[in-house]
This record gives sequence, structure tokens and C-alpha cells, in this order.
Amino acid sequence: MKARKTPLYQQHIAAGAKIVDFSGWQMPIHYGSQIEEHHAVRSSAGVFDVSHMNVIDLHGTGSTLFLQKLLANDVSRLKNPGKAMYSCMLNENGGIIDDLIVYFMTDEWYRLILNAATHDKDMAWITLQLEGCADVNLTERPDLAMLAIQGPEAISNFTSLLSKKVADTVAKLAAFQACEVDDMFIGRTGYTGEDGVEVILAADAAIDLWQRLMKIGVQPVGLGARDTLRLEAGMALYGLDMDETTSPLVSGLGWTIAWQPASREFIGRKALETEKRQGVEQRMVGLLLTGRGVLRSHQQVKFTDELNGEITSGSYSPTLARSIALARVPAAVKTGDDCVVDIRGRQIPAVVVKYPFVRHGKAVIETEQL
Amino acid sequence: MSNVPQELKYTQSHEWVLASEDGQATIGITDHAQELLGDMVFIELPEMDRELDAGEECSVVESVKAASDVYSPVAGTVIAVNERLADAPELINEDPYGDGWMFRLQISDTSQLDDLLDATAYEELESEE
Repeated sequence: MKARKTPLYQQHIAAGAKIVDFSGWQMPIHYGSQIEEHHAVRSSAGVFDVSHMNVIDLHGTGSTLFLQKLLANDVSRLKNPGKAMYSCMLNENGGIIDDLIVYFMTDEWYRLILNAATHDKDMAWITLQLEGCADVNLTERPDLAMLAIQGPEAISNFTSLLSKKVADTVAKLAAFQACEVDDMFIGRTGYTGEDGVEVILAADAAIDLWQRLMKIGVQPVGLGARDTLRLEAGMALYGLDMDETTSPLVSGLGWTIAWQPASREFIGRKALETEKRQGVEQRMVGLLLTGRGVLRSHQQVKFTDELNGEITSGSYSPTLARSIALARVPAAVKTGDDCVVDIRGRQIPAVVVKYPFVRHGKAVIETEQL
Repeated sequence: MSNVPQELKYTQSHEWVLASEDGQATIGITDHAQELLGDMVFIELPEMDRELDAGEECSVVESVKAASDVYSPVAGTVIAVNERLADAPELINEDPYGDGWMFRLQISDTSQLDDLLDATAYEELESEE
């Protein structure tokens, strides 16, 4: 398979990026130091090229009904044009095919942002579900690029490049709200736990915006820091913290399931109801490593001889200067419980904490645990 | 391109060795290796006085991205470790051949040094990757 490049590829090279393969895409992992990039997003602002993500538009009068069936969250709760929600897309067993953001633009237009790594199976699934839905048209938008500008100074940096009228509109955007101005689709969303926007725009305009952001000193940020930022923010990553074998209920995503109205027969509902009725046996918790080392995916977590779990994603937290993780553990485990993690054959102590670990630049876990 | 000092010896597994005339060897990981791994966050060093075989796994460098084993390039006894790395693992990124050194051995068989790669051979290895 030929490696794909986003329209920003030459900009990454110019900024000194180290390029890696990410699901068939040539993407920047860092531009020198992923820790410095991480701190820049927590303290000022950074820009990410996320053009590899899959943007699709659904048009047609049947779109709302279709999405009410396709998604575990209920798009009919979106009332204001531009409003977005996070949702899982489930299979019949309640397993997660992908997680996504859906924007309600009009009664006849929704925009979905899905993961890059799951592109082919997502499209196959959605196409299959569309069979027989005459009044929904699906359009993939590989023509569009996407930049995420994130950090406490993201809005001020971004709006300084816009006309006053547009800048005012952007500055007033509520969280999870998007607008369309000057051929840009701008949503107040992100994957870092900081304020910021995600901007979807044509390839040429994206290159121009990137260059102007570089000129005013916004830090380019690679996929490396994107992962540590989202982990600190307690945001699940598809493929690690959830997949087709895990339901939202055991992935810390129960809050994204819209159970009401009970008459809404979304795909996976029956399986989730059964799982709930029988008792959900596992849950996601945060772990803070109290000993030395680094928590990683698939390390085993032991509470007692009977109670064991597994780390789904772990790394080093640059903000806390400690290692943190998300772990799937027995439902009986409580915040504050001690455990040991098998790190390369050594038993290293850790403690269960509430996540997110970091929000808006500050640690939000109990500071006496640090 | 990464820095490959002429006066050092190298291994296939990306360690460097500085041998002194009194039969000691200072060991670290190469500039190329630290570049591949990225920002270091945790270094586990061998215990003092530990006897190592050539090629023995004796240390771990962990970056944000991944953990990687470090192997002893030659056989010997550990006579010093770089304790600064406990609080400043980033020294390996900043100065892999200087302040980022990892441990020092009293070499048991100096002829093993002849089995290591010279700078030219290591540069070739890098370019093949």
C-alpha cells in the first residue's frame, strides 16, 4: 500500500518533523521533542495536522433517523445548528466499531469525524447500514484538511489571523459548537483537555493557515504529544482503550449511551441492555504509578490474588512528571485502591485515581498522591 | 544526520563504547538510537559490581514512546553508573556521548573490543535502516 500524505506534509518536513507511518499515513510523530510540544499546548498553544482523520457528510431528509439507528448517542438531542456530540458506533454485540464526533448542521446535513485507522471498516459498516435508506446521501471528504489548534492561547492566536467579524464569531463559540465562516468549518472541540478549535478547510487554505500560525509562533505538535495530551485529559483512544470486543460500559463511555427514549432501537442496544442487566463486570479507572518506571498498554494490574486488570493505554505524563494509565479492572475496584503493575517482570506499586488527570494545564488528581 | 564520533566503537544494537588504555569501557546509546526513541523519561542502570557477559541485557532506556533494552557490548564488571540519569534522563537526548553516558565496565577480555563496529561500519548500519 502506498503511504498517503496530507496536504501539510511539506510543511512538516520544513518544520523538522520526524515522520512515521500511522495506519498508512506519513505523519509527524514530533518536531524535535514531544515533551516540549506537550508543554506548549498546556501553557500556550500548539497546532496539529489531523487531516488523516475521516470526514464524512450525510445529506438528506433521512439523515437524523439513520444516525439515531447508527449511533449509541442520540443526535436528536442536538438542537442548535453547529452543535456536536461524541458517540460510539456499535456492532450488534455492543462492541465499539469506532468512536466519533458528529456535528448537526441542519435537519438535512450532519458531518462526522471518524478515526483514520478504522477508515475502511467504518465505511464498509456505514455503507451496509445505509442499504435501503433512500433519503440519505453519504459523501467522503478527502478533499478537506483539518488542523487542531489547542491550548490556553489557541483562540487568541487563531483569531488574530481572522477578520474582526469572523474573530468575534469564533471567540463566542461555545464548547462543542461549530460555525462555517470564510470557507472554514470551525468547531470548538479537541483532544487535549485544553481550549481550542478544530478547523476543517480546503487543502490550499490549510497550508496557508499553517504557515501563518508558524509565523506567529504557534508550536507544531506531532502525534506523540497528541497521545500524552489525550491520556492526561482522560480521553479514550480507539484500538487501545476500546475496540469491537469491548462495550462502552466497560470502556468508561457509559455516559455516551443515550438510553432514553427507550423506543430508539440503535444498533447494539439489545446487547448493552443484556450486559447491564447481568451486571457490568469491569470498569475503566485511572492509574498513577507511585514507583519508578513507565506504564504501557497490556501490562497486568494486580489488586489481590483474585482481582486483576489490564492497562489499556499508559505513558509518561509530562505535566505530572509521573507515569499514568487507563486500565480496565474488576468493577469492585475503588478509587484509592493500591495495586501492583507487572512492568517487564517487576512488580511496581500504583494507585487508582479518578481521571481526567489534567485539565486546562493543571493536575486534577489528588495532589497528595503526587 | 546523526552524530557518529570517529574515536568510538559501536554495536549492532546501537550502544557506543569508549575504551581506555587501563582496560575500562564507558558505554551509552548512540545519537541515532536516542533520536529513534525520542524523549527519555526513565533509565534503569545495572547494579554496581555486576558481572556482565558480552551481549547481556543489563539496562533499560524508556522514552515517552517505548522501552528499549540496552546490552553490554563486551564482558566485564560494572565499576560506575551515571547516577545523574535518575533525575535527568534527558541527558541521553541532549548529550548521548557525553553527559548521557550510562555505565562503565572493567573489561574482562579486551580482545572483544575487536569484534565491535568502527564508526564507518556503524554509519553504514544506520543508513541501511
